[in-house]
Amino acid sequence: MTAASGLAVDNTSKSRDFWAPLLKDAVLAALVAVLLALPLVGLQTYDIGGGALGIRTHFDWVAIAGAAVFGGRIALRMLQQLYRGRPRGRGRILPVLAARGGRPAMPITLAGLVCAAALPFLPFSSRYLIDLGTTVLIYVMLGWGLNVVVGLAGLLDLGYVAFYAVGAYTFALLARDLGFGFWEALPFSGLVAASFGIILGFPVLRLRGDYLAIVTLGFGEIIRVVLLNWASVTGGPNGISDIPRPSFFGLPFARSAPEGGTTFHQFFGVEFSPEHRVVFLYLVILAMALLTNAFTLRIRKLPIGRAWEALREDEVACRALGINPTTIKLSAFAIGAMFGGLAGSFFATRQGFISPESFTFIESATILAIVVLGGMGSQLGVVLAAILLVSLPEFGRAFAEFRMLIFGAAMVGVMVWRPRGLIAHREPTVRLGLQPAAR
Amino acid sequence: MAYFLQQLINGLTLGSIYGLIAIGYTMVYGIIGMINFAHGEIYMIGAFISIIAFLVLGLVGVTYIPLALATVLATTMLFTSIYGWAVERIAYRPLRGSFRLAPLISAIGMSIFLQNYVQIFQGARVKPMPPLIQGGLTVFESGGFTVRLSYLQLFIVLLTLGLMIGFTTLIATTPLGRAQRACEQDMRMAALLGVDVDRVISLTFVMGAALAAVAGLMVTLYYGVIDFFIGFLAGVKAFTAAVLGGIGSLPGAMLGGILIGLIEAFWSAYFSVEYKDVSVFVVLVLVLIFCPTGLLGRPEVEKV
Repeated sequence: MTAASGLAVDNTSKSRDFWAPLLKDAVLAALVAVLLALPLVGLQTYDIGGGALGIRTHFDWVAIAGAAVFGGRIALRMLQQLYRGRPRGRGRILPVLAARGGRPAMPITLAGLVCAAALPFLPFSSRYLIDLGTTVLIYVMLGWGLNVVVGLAGLLDLGYVAFYAVGAYTFALLARDLGFGFWEALPFSGLVAASFGIILGFPVLRLRGDYLAIVTLGFGEIIRVVLLNWASVTGGPNGISDIPRPSFFGLPFARSAPEGGTTFHQFFGVEFSPEHRVVFLYLVILAMALLTNAFTLRIRKLPIGRAWEALREDEVACRALGINPTTIKLSAFAIGAMFGGLAGSFFATRQGFISPESFTFIESATILAIVVLGGMGSQLGVVLAAILLVSLPEFGRAFAEFRMLIFGAAMVGVMVWRPRGLIAHREPTVRLGLQPAAR
Repeated sequence: MAYFLQQLINGLTLGSIYGLIAIGYTMVYGIIGMINFAHGEIYMIGAFISIIAFLVLGLVGVTYIPLALATVLATTMLFTSIYGWAVERIAYRPLRGSFRLAPLISAIGMSIFLQNYVQIFQGARVKPMPPLIQGGLTVFESGGFTVRLSYLQLFIVLLTLGLMIGFTTLIATTPLGRAQRACEQDMRMAALLGVDVDRVISLTFVMGAALAAVAGLMVTLYYGVIDFFIGFLAGVKAFTAAVLGGIGSLPGAMLGGILIGLIEAFWSAYFSVEYKDVSVFVVLVLVLIFCPTGLLGRPEVEKV
């Protein structure tokens, strides 16, 4: 604060007026950092056996933290000084995309699609890369599904992982108890998840904003606690294992076929390779994600999609115009939940094993972060954010324990840097009048 | 009957702790209308700082328990307040006036960050704390079942009561409390009339954090074990308490906290321990459906 007002003085004493408040500000920031670090970083508790704790000192770390904040603060201020007065974001790619309404030009979309589809067949792609791509695509699909609820209908859902879990467990239970395969169970997973969406939707329809967020969070936790404790059905904390893998039109990906059957590699007369299944899974989730995207883009243009966006903008006006908020909100919940359930079903078949541990709040937070960081309502933003959030920690495997720390800091950082997400786009798809209002 | 009475005492103790955390939620929500999602982590940090302070005092050689308690209380409140202040300054202030979801996402990010920060620097294992205040009073005895009120429970309830009285006085009579109430009613008008809104909001976070720190200290003493993950569930329960009591209302937060504590104690005593966390969420949903303004809250008028 003080530094900022000091910067606005005339030129004569400019350099002094620049440096003095800057240093004061940096010293204060460093002091706060030292005070913050002193108890939790400087004094480390550790077990000394017999249920007792000892304490180690790490005052050097505290000093490093203070110095880092001091230097960082000065650097930040100087950067701000450097960029002051310049128009923000000119010539950068993200605002350009945002200005186009979040929809990239056709060539970009096509290029992205071709890259995604060709990834498994590129010469440098490894099994690890395809696995990573599959994980990213699961999150892209979840992000697109949640985007229906949060981005289009404007309903904040912090318990989206519940539907993901419902889908996964529906498939796992159908497979275990009734012998269903992945493809037969897929529609059921979607249906059951959608019904759960409606069940959740009913009680929370009257709520707005933050209350809705907390109730959905509670719903997510309820599902998880039930999965954890209803051991006779869900296997409790041990989860369900031996979930069947998907087959290629009835041809399993296995080294040797079950009795009387043919495997994929036998049918096509190729050498058996465990990579076939990995590539197949990748292509399946790519197709599922693209289907989600196509569905969302289409439904936006239907009356129901228009109603979602209208509801997001102004609920009272919607009611005045004869839109029934209850059915509209329920449909958004149900459709969002359905995509969550389908993705969950895929997750179960990919992992072959599920347990309540995969469906914690942190997953909901990640999916929501993908939607919001990407820019709510923007389909491309979801992809960018999913790649960023899922693959960034992978590259930082060297310091794996700092993964979630960086994740949390990145969430705060991106929000502070671009509060409306990477590709900010919240324009209604249609608007009365010819000229869209400039933002 | 004796069993019932015992659960009542346990529930009240637990409820005091929830109530203290709930005040932080309710005050922040009252002023800037956001759920401070990282508040549960502030409470967790308070618990850790208190355990570290006890250890340091033990090393220094302070053995007189009241002195140790007072020192730990003061240091925990001080250092945790700095955390509360820093969280607001880093994650929320730059986003003020931004669209509704931005501070919430930022708060979730902050919460993940703080959890992992503590996990990395203090370890993921549970931290045990030897019982400090032992002994208690036998309130009632019947049929071989003794109802006990331990000194610790007494300490927790009395300290909460004292803090509440002091806090209510602070809000009701001091210039700071007046500024706070003014900001709650109309932030822009308060700013026009010379209230330093930024300072008031900062102080609100500091006060909320200080009370959460006390709750953290209490839980350290009461349960004797803490870990880096306790903040999430306690935070959600305390938020439920704040909603139950009527968000924005201080007595409401305390009342809600005690009710949640009682519900949890009785649910685990008479139904099932596994589903005790579910009971709290069920209460939350029911309150929001049938009585969205809470018990002591003001009805919200929807403006077009």
